[in-house]
Amino acid sequence: MSILLDEKTQVVVLGITGSEGTFHAQKMIEYGTKVVAGMTPGKGGTKHLGVPVFNTVTEAVASEGADAAAIFVPPFAAADAIMECADAGLRLVVCITEGLPTFDMLKVMTYLRGKPVALIGPNTPGIISPGKAKIGIMPGPIHKAGTIGIISRSGTLTYEAVQQVSRQGYGQSTAVGIGGDPVVGLKYIELLELFKKDPGTEAVILIGEIGGTAEDDAAAYIKASFPKPVVGFIAGQTAPPGRRMGHAGAIIAGGKGTAQEKMDALRAAGVWVAVSPADIGAKLREALTRGV
Amino acid sequence: MKIHEYQAKQILAKFGVRVPRGEVAETPAAARAIAERIGPRVVVKAQIHAGGRGKGGGVKLAATPAEAEALAAKMIGMQLVTHQTGPEGKRVKRVLVEEALDIARELYLGIVIDRAREAAVVMASTEGGVEIEKVAAEKPDLIFKEYVDPAVGLLAFQARKLAFRLGLEGEAFKQGQKFIAGLYKAFEGTDASLAEINPLLVTTQGDVLALDAKMNLDDNALGRHPDIQAMRDLDEESPLEVEASKYNLNYIKLDGNVGCMVNGAGLAMATMDIIKYAGGMPANFLDVGGGVTEEAITNAFRILVSDPDVKGALINIFGGIVRCDMIASGVVKAARALGTKIPVVIRLEGTNVDLGKKILAESGLAFSSADGMKEAAERIVGLVK
Repeated sequence: MSILLDEKTQVVVLGITGSEGTFHAQKMIEYGTKVVAGMTPGKGGTKHLGVPVFNTVTEAVASEGADAAAIFVPPFAAADAIMECADAGLRLVVCITEGLPTFDMLKVMTYLRGKPVALIGPNTPGIISPGKAKIGIMPGPIHKAGTIGIISRSGTLTYEAVQQVSRQGYGQSTAVGIGGDPVVGLKYIELLELFKKDPGTEAVILIGEIGGTAEDDAAAYIKASFPKPVVGFIAGQTAPPGRRMGHAGAIIAGGKGTAQEKMDALRAAGVWVAVSPADIGAKLREALTRGV
Repeated sequence: MKIHEYQAKQILAKFGVRVPRGEVAETPAAARAIAERIGPRVVVKAQIHAGGRGKGGGVKLAATPAEAEALAAKMIGMQLVTHQTGPEGKRVKRVLVEEALDIARELYLGIVIDRAREAAVVMASTEGGVEIEKVAAEKPDLIFKEYVDPAVGLLAFQARKLAFRLGLEGEAFKQGQKFIAGLYKAFEGTDASLAEINPLLVTTQGDVLALDAKMNLDDNALGRHPDIQAMRDLDEESPLEVEASKYNLNYIKLDGNVGCMVNGAGLAMATMDIIKYAGGMPANFLDVGGGVTEEAITNAFRILVSDPDVKGALINIFGGIVRCDMIASGVVKAARALGTKIPVVIRLEGTNVDLGKKILAESGLAFSSADGMKEAAERIVGLVK
């Protein structure tokens, strides 16, 4: 099984006519995702990749029944795109774009409050339910359908974990990139809740990094209410303080948000913590064969 | 992005936030001229991207313009060492010459983004002139906070609340409330990530001004603030980091001797970590990013190996959109052009991995291929030792 995204999800791709949008929408269609519409203001009424393009998200919903969106628009237009999707009543919005100003995201999160929309990202490779669909840019071939849920702030580090998991003989139910920015939509706790309720997920891998407190919050939630095995890895154990390590959210500020502190919190919550990134798959095997 | 005190004060002035009269000088003669205009008593302040300048001898009072000139002559060109610069210090290229003021009270005012609350928070404290972290640790009850609703901004009653809690009265209360409101407008208007006024000065006449000002700007937003982007001081950044930024490469120089080049920030951090676990020390963080071109790869490799501290390089690429054959071609091209002699271990995974490995094997260069991250890290650390 899976969470949030499956073979029935109907996706509108914002920015489909741009080079990023075209390339990745094509890959999504090849993977089996139901891309039902595109949206580029001014290109409404045309067809792109065999799919009708609309001027607004509302029209894409009314005409094609889209219930989810993939956003491939430039950074200064992306916050507005997210809010347009929420306003149009979409259930799921995946914002791939990196580089949104933090203030824009503060406004987005305020706007989204009280609306029944799940935002993934920004600055994310997206979400994939192997064998069913993907909304994002991750390579389909390394994934295989299975029972392991994955939640990560990373892109290629997630692919590394997915490949290790696949090579151990396990597959993935759904892999979600929550994004590398300091302010993002769904975080670990909301996704753990969904994985908890998914009968098709038997364990979860949590991949984090320096900066902020999302992993510490997740540890508290896991300790209190998550019964399935969790494997964790935190990147940035050797990162210097005060420097932004690529991701806007990956910064140790005022001595807080270190990898060590997150690893300690996760361990204390019963999470199987892999110290080396090469051991994520092996740790999963250990967690599943040694039992909870 | 960091900016100097004098630049932060320029921004604040534009938003109607009171700052002392002052101008920046790049020569002792210019410092004297400024002191003659706004003095005779002035403060001469070294401008570097670091705190603790006072204790390091970078903030001095001058009673006359001649004294200001002498102080500027000592400061300009000096390596100023503070507890935030590291032992080598930072070279002072300019000083801010400011009117000297009568200090009645030193307060604290700062605005940051609280990630957990997903809102900006305005913090005020009666304990100004000391590090706020110290106040937070020892007297947290003396820090007053107002969280800002992003949809409506800082409300007038919130600024009033803070001004009352700071114990401001009369003229100082009016100016304080205006200052707090103005600081938030400046913070939001420039897409800042930090705006810190420490100390916030209340003079004996009841004037409220920024005695010091520190602003950090959101890198992601600079594209919509060209005037602020122009304030970037390349002298404050490491030369290799400046070079890398020209090609949109995320590069941070560290202390070790094992260079690394990776696609993806999380994987890049994890690569640094695994180098350490293999017994080595990473020389840098380098994320070549998602949509990287062969040209960018060639430049990334060149920058990586141009660091004299680097005795070996680990390239770890998990190709999704990025194709392994393109990475391999780019690195081979660069290594040939540079005549690279240091050991290089390359670990490729993902799209076109077999083609990429083939290109490396047939290159005739002494590159080593590795299959997993652990093997790759152990191999390069072994070769460097």
